[in-house]
Amino acid sequence: MVDQPSPEPVTLERIAAGFAGRGREALLPALWAVQTAYGYIGPEAVQVLSQALSVPEADIYGVIGFYSMFYDRPTGRTIIRVCTSPSCGLAGADRALHDLCDRLGIAPGETTPDGQYTVEQTTCLGLCEHAPAALVSRQGAGEQQYAPLDIDAILAGQPGHHAAVIGSMTRVLLRDLPTDRAQTLAEYGEYTALQRALSDLMPEEVIAKIEASGLVGRGGAAFPTGLKWSFTRRAPGAPHYVVCNADESEPGTFKDRVLLEIRPHLLLEGLAICAYAIGAEQAYIFIRGEYPLATERLQQAIAEAEAAGYLGENILGSGFSLRVEVRRGAGAYICGEETALFEAIEGKRGYPRIKPPFPTTHGLFGKPTVINNVETLCKVPGIINRGGRWFRQWGTDLSTGIKLVAVSGHVRRPGVYEIPLGVTLRHVLEELCGGVVGELQAVLMGGAAGTFLKPEEIDVRLTFEDLRAIGSTLGSGAIMVFNDTVDLRDVLRRIGEFFQHESCGKCYPCQLGTQRQKEILERLAAPLPGDRQRLADIGQTMTESSLCGLGQTAAAAVLSAMRQWPELFPA
Amino acid sequence: MAEPASTVTLTIDGQSVTVPANTTILEAARSIGIDIPTICAHDATTPRGLCRLCVVDINRGRLLQPACIVPCQDGMVVETANDRVRTSRRTILEMLNSAVDLSQAPAIQRYLAEYGADPQRFPEGRRREHPVLDDNAFYIRDYNKCVMCWRCVQVCAEDAQYIFALSIDARGFNSHITTAFDIPMPESTCVFCGQCVGVCPTNALKPKIEWGLEQGLSPDQIREASRGLRRRQKPIRVE
Ligand SMILES: Cc1cc2nc3c(=O)[nH]c(=O)nc-3n(C[C@H](O)[C@H](O)[C@H](O)COP(=O)(O)O)c2cc1C
Ligand code: SF4
Ligand code: SF4
Ligand code: SF4
Ligand code: FES
Repeated sequence: MVDQPSPEPVTLERIAAGFAGRGREALLPALWAVQTAYGYIGPEAVQVLSQALSVPEADIYGVIGFYSMFYDRPTGRTIIRVCTSPSCGLAGADRALHDLCDRLGIAPGETTPDGQYTVEQTTCLGLCEHAPAALVSRQGAGEQQYAPLDIDAILAGQPGHHAAVIGSMTRVLLRDLPTDRAQTLAEYGEYTALQRALSDLMPEEVIAKIEASGLVGRGGAAFPTGLKWSFTRRAPGAPHYVVCNADESEPGTFKDRVLLEIRPHLLLEGLAICAYAIGAEQAYIFIRGEYPLATERLQQAIAEAEAAGYLGENILGSGFSLRVEVRRGAGAYICGEETALFEAIEGKRGYPRIKPPFPTTHGLFGKPTVINNVETLCKVPGIINRGGRWFRQWGTDLSTGIKLVAVSGHVRRPGVYEIPLGVTLRHVLEELCGGVVGELQAVLMGGAAGTFLKPEEIDVRLTFEDLRAIGSTLGSGAIMVFNDTVDLRDVLRRIGEFFQHESCGKCYPCQLGTQRQKEILERLAAPLPGDRQRLADIGQTMTESSLCGLGQTAAAAVLSAMRQWPELFPA
Repeated sequence: MAEPASTVTLTIDGQSVTVPANTTILEAARSIGIDIPTICAHDATTPRGLCRLCVVDINRGRLLQPACIVPCQDGMVVETANDRVRTSRRTILEMLNSAVDLSQAPAIQRYLAEYGADPQRFPEGRRREHPVLDDNAFYIRDYNKCVMCWRCVQVCAEDAQYIFALSIDARGFNSHITTAFDIPMPESTCVFCGQCVGVCPTNALKPKIEWGLEQGLSPDQIREASRGLRRRQKPIRVE
């Protein structure tokens, strides 16, 4: 057992007092406060929080157990998490994990005898362009990203650094920007689109402009944004809420992280316009707990915007007010699913809800809610300022405008690229990313929940409809590139691990199927007779019968690999 | 918005049926003698749509839908046992059987036979294993038999007792029912109402006396062995 000073009740009380009376919705922030201060959340803390927030102790325990960044017992004072998802795997993450463990004389999952370090293997940290990546938590100090992972810096307690790697064909969201810090409010300029909306446009006119642009959600589901806003605006019940989905946890996806890190004001302006349009006065930005740098910069930007009168009470004298609250996730991919995300804000285990009802009528706290992806909201100021037709100058009739793609793996310059929809995948890989390193073998489109393409398919145009036509997906814009040195069975094994780790366990097909799928993917090199049919049946069952999008796509990459490379799957 | 019609007419396995609006497909099917298998559904608990054994094919949609939740709508064409449906049900049952001890779950045993579930389908699959918990005078908890139907948690909470002794820990395949910090039942808020035991479909929760008799103990021996497990103690401190 690790030697740990016991938490001082008086300080626990003080933490609890800061949240007292707010009820269950304050549970995640309160648990974060305890976790950061003490390194774990023990029985005394749960007792105190149970009193302060009127939440049963068993429920709090269940919430701690759901989120992988919360611990119910002491760990090492420093927790080092090394990502072994596909992009980091290509960049030598296994080796790095091994070296780190060697240095500390422990195995993954263990704590050094002096209680100083715990090492964990983890899934995608959203730092794929700087692979291999690590996330470190230090008791009393919080989280730090190391991308690329630097064992000496971590052990010396030095801070991590990373800058964005960006490229832009259309120069709307990404253009000549500092990449190692956030654009300040002075550099961003006035919130002109918000000013225009508040002074010249009725909420319905704002929505009409978004509808005219043809903008669809950039979080993966591609739902028309204007339609979502108009449903919510008209939904009975008050208050209405806006939620920004900044949980970005799809392996290979890191575009939202870059937007948050370098252009936070663009998001805030889009968020405020959305709130005005749908009649909301409270907004939440739910950001994954693995993004400390983005969180810090976002919070700073909110403070700047509030000071300048763009957020807060009576914005620009218009009578419209908006409170923006940042909520940190705590390690759960499923909380990117919109209804699971609401549950997390409400202080519960992040279980997806049955739909319908949909968030537009029954969202956060059961109220009408717009939930949009970071990138979706970042498109809004431009459309308000310059109109739907401006946005439609790019893309196709069905896939309008521009899109960010996050490219990782075997290209010369992994990073986030802004493209007009409709350019070919070849153009992205060869022109924007400087070409494939080595001989191209496969591209995984849309992340772990996506599908594989073969080299002969990379002339496909990047639009929702073109990709759908070849049985693939643009998804959230993740593009993972594998050259011919890669054993695709190893990639599949990592994908299987990811879904097994991230299934919430609510419904049986995915709770059981992700485990069985992982086991079979682990033995692809030496399969049991019947494994191919097992994978096919598990895949069909998860795809057709799971409760939410996680289970419905947990076999997508495997099933596409079975179609593309049947030889990898002996009967 | 228009008032919803008070009845709806749909087709289930080729039979036309008219039911009150808001009837679930499960209820409508049962009303015409079509049995759809269920595990998690129970009259005493809010439907959560967990087990997905009740999935049916509606209008040949991309996804199958849980009959215990989805309300009937006019003109729906429902197939309750086509190939897609049977593949899902059989695979779910085979996966469940490979993870959990279903030997004392008679209804599920019937489904295993009915859907031709192969008991050896996942030969090297990890099982969910837990020590049998004998920590109170009233019932034992053998989570090797637990299918995670949530009924016990639900009746202990908002669906009946408002006691909140039980919760779910971890995620995915590893998720399981427990108390706060895994404390023994007598140290939890449990009032030993027995509701959870009553709704458990698999005998994971079983009255102590029944369990003791199975172990070959006499009623006196069982009572003796349970002494001291009744009192609520001060919560222990977990390291
Ligand atoms: C398992 C799962 C994970 C998801 N993760 C994210 C995410 O990290 N970010 C995101 O914006 N949307 C995510 N989504 C999609 C959201 O449910 C939702 O569709 C989206 O936030 C809506 O915003 P949009 O219309 O602007 O895309 C996820 C969906 C599923 C099923
Ligand atoms: S599909 Fe997976 S993640 Fe979604 S509810 Fe079911 S178990 Fe949870
Ligand atoms: S017996 Fe205890 S655990 Fe079971 S429902 Fe009653 S109070 Fe809850
Ligand atoms: S113990 Fe019984 S009632 Fe509770 S979840 Fe498990 S199987 Fe269901
Ligand atoms: S009975 Fe419908 S999902 Fe379990």
